[in-house]
Amino acid sequence: MSQRPILLKGGRVVDPAQSLDETVDLLLADGTVARIGTDLDVPEGTEVVDCSGTVILPGLIDVHVHLREPGGEHKETIASGARAAAAGGFTAVCAMPNTDPVIDSPATVGFVAAAGRDAKASRVYPVGALSVGQKGEQLTEIGELVEAGAVAITDDGLPVMDSGLMRLALEYAQAFGIPVADHAEDVGLSRGGVMNEGVVSARLGLKGKPNAAEDVHIVREVLLAELTGGHIHLQHVSTRHGVEAIRQAKARGVKVTAEACPHHLLLTDEAVDGYRTDAKMNPPLRSEEDREAVREGFLDGTLDHLATDHAPHHYEEKEQAFDGAPFGIVGLETAVGLILTHFVHTEALDLATFVERASAQPARVFGLEGGHLKEGGAADVTVLDLERTWTVDPERFLSRSRNTPFAGWELRGGPVRTIVGGRTIWTLAEGIV
Amino acid sequence: MSDRAQREEEPARPLGKDLIGLEELDADQIRTILDTAEPFKEISERRIKKVPVLRGQTIVNLFLEPSTRTRISFEFAEKRLSADTVNISSTGSSVQKGETLVDTARNLEAMRIDMVVIRHWASGAARFLAERIPSNVINAGDGSHEHPTQGLLDMLTLRDHLGELAGRRICIVGDILHSRVARSNIWGLLKLGAEVAVCGPRTLLPRGIEELGVEVFSRVEEAIEWADALNILRLQLERMQGGYVPSLREYNRVYGVSTARLEAAPRDVLILHPGPMNRGVEIDSDVADGPQSVILEQVTNGVAIRMAVLYLLAGGSPERAEAAKQRGVDR
Repeated sequence: MSQRPILLKGGRVVDPAQSLDETVDLLLADGTVARIGTDLDVPEGTEVVDCSGTVILPGLIDVHVHLREPGGEHKETIASGARAAAAGGFTAVCAMPNTDPVIDSPATVGFVAAAGRDAKASRVYPVGALSVGQKGEQLTEIGELVEAGAVAITDDGLPVMDSGLMRLALEYAQAFGIPVADHAEDVGLSRGGVMNEGVVSARLGLKGKPNAAEDVHIVREVLLAELTGGHIHLQHVSTRHGVEAIRQAKARGVKVTAEACPHHLLLTDEAVDGYRTDAKMNPPLRSEEDREAVREGFLDGTLDHLATDHAPHHYEEKEQAFDGAPFGIVGLETAVGLILTHFVHTEALDLATFVERASAQPARVFGLEGGHLKEGGAADVTVLDLERTWTVDPERFLSRSRNTPFAGWELRGGPVRTIVGGRTIWTLAEGIV
Repeated sequence: MSDRAQREEEPARPLGKDLIGLEELDADQIRTILDTAEPFKEISERRIKKVPVLRGQTIVNLFLEPSTRTRISFEFAEKRLSADTVNISSTGSSVQKGETLVDTARNLEAMRIDMVVIRHWASGAARFLAERIPSNVINAGDGSHEHPTQGLLDMLTLRDHLGELAGRRICIVGDILHSRVARSNIWGLLKLGAEVAVCGPRTLLPRGIEELGVEVFSRVEEAIEWADALNILRLQLERMQGGYVPSLREYNRVYGVSTARLEAAPRDVLILHPGPMNRGVEIDSDVADGPQSVILEQVTNGVAIRMAVLYLLAGGSPERAEAAKQRGVDR
């Protein structure tokens, strides 16, 4: 597929991989970053995009999304999810395997990869199941899944309760150089829980999931990674002791990486008050102390990067009493604005570190292309306007679902253009192109 | 929407549109309900137990979880106020066929009803309904959240015997974790200035309960020594299967309220129980039937409290409750 070269002219290019933070031009051609500099010679027919006033970053990557296809197409499809990612400023996403059927065979991994390519929007990388049918009993054919395109394995959505199986996964996966991603939750401690266990759950009369349910498995996973030398990737860390356990494990040299979600960085279980099902997710929103610890871990790098855990659900499924509503919120189209507003504009995070947390690190952890704008690398680019103010309006999401606790939030800064493989796939002005 | 707008033009109601929980009420509103219940108590003592206060009003009793006592108490209250009532239960209704709560509510609304009394297995269900229909909604128990009319009738009974509740010590004993009665009692009693404690095995006390402003006793002997009144909750038998308590026998030995334990108390402790009782588990029969028990008075007061709530939500004013009662006599 050949397309016109693009010259992104006059933007502020921020790429920590080459210690770059200056106003330069970027020429994208043949799907790669061709040149960076000023007064570049451009080929005939180059599309020149005036980027003055904007910030140009390596394409942002979200390694944790649920695209619901196959089996849950009323919530999201691979195509709608890939478009939502583009509109959210993400050039690549990793699709979790807890679909129906589960992505546990080369054929289903291949289906996700192909549907992702057909979407012609953001890149979609399949993640394979850790166990057959996500039943927690027997390892999948991990080698074949990786050959078919899987970039990691996980039973996300269902915790791996058998410690022996987790050990085997961490050992076996090493041959293929992929991380074992883990939803840390001891269901013996959390069974029946629908929100964080604490004073809010006591007040609302809802069954809580204690922090310890997550902590116990985070500690178990780092011990097993230490035992095996495998790479454990801890998803959506939400507890203070969890953050601390990861910090200590890293100091010991354990191969552990971890992610933080915008909702755990910005909200507490108080958001559930009024039985708001759009604040119901797993792991749940926790206490203020936990929120602060996750934030600290995100800033100091204990938690390597951002991930949204984009989990779309149809409005009818959320429109019921709290106990019955499914876990999860959408995140792809709010994450960048939320982090820019509440971390970058508050000067908690500089732009170079933002790129680390939202692009470079996810690429490194999951072994994906991109994460930098070096010449010769993939032309995956996110263009931001740091100053545009906007209000989160779920009706305007490209995702099929609207389940967000951030509706109505006033944000400052967001994507204006998303480029994948040298092709503009979304702009704020035109939408999907 | 137009319905709501129209309702807002009516005179201000002392309780607002709905009664979802005692957490949302202030002390004055709670006192208003208790005071309004006083004149209504007498109606149930008459030979003709009926006043025309809610004549022409349609009330749906939507009981999506089994209930005998609360449903019947509401029904008596409604009938004694001359309302037209319809009962819906989960078995044999469209709910059993998979209809959602939203659709059930919309269908009821389409039949132009005035009030819904809802009992539901899920915490928050009453509020969910109240936010979606213009009719008045009364929570008759939602999951483990609240059971406000039970809390109110407990408070009315306590007030009958102890006078003003400020400074009085009431301990709720048993499965606090799963109890909507406990939560309504805690909010209501605290708002009227009472001291409140809870007592039960740690497995059945919600973590963080102290932060609501209650004291916690892990032994029932301590609770008895401290309290002016005990509100003893039913130990649901499924809690045993859940592993929260090892056995009913052990529960009775450790937490059962017995005459021997009450005799050790420094004062006569008033005994309440929202029922239905497990005699010989959380309460011994001689306590349940003994001189300190006010358990049947609670049931009688329940009808008066529910009449008061129905009356106030329908727009009745507390000052006119006495007059409303008289109309029945004049007829």
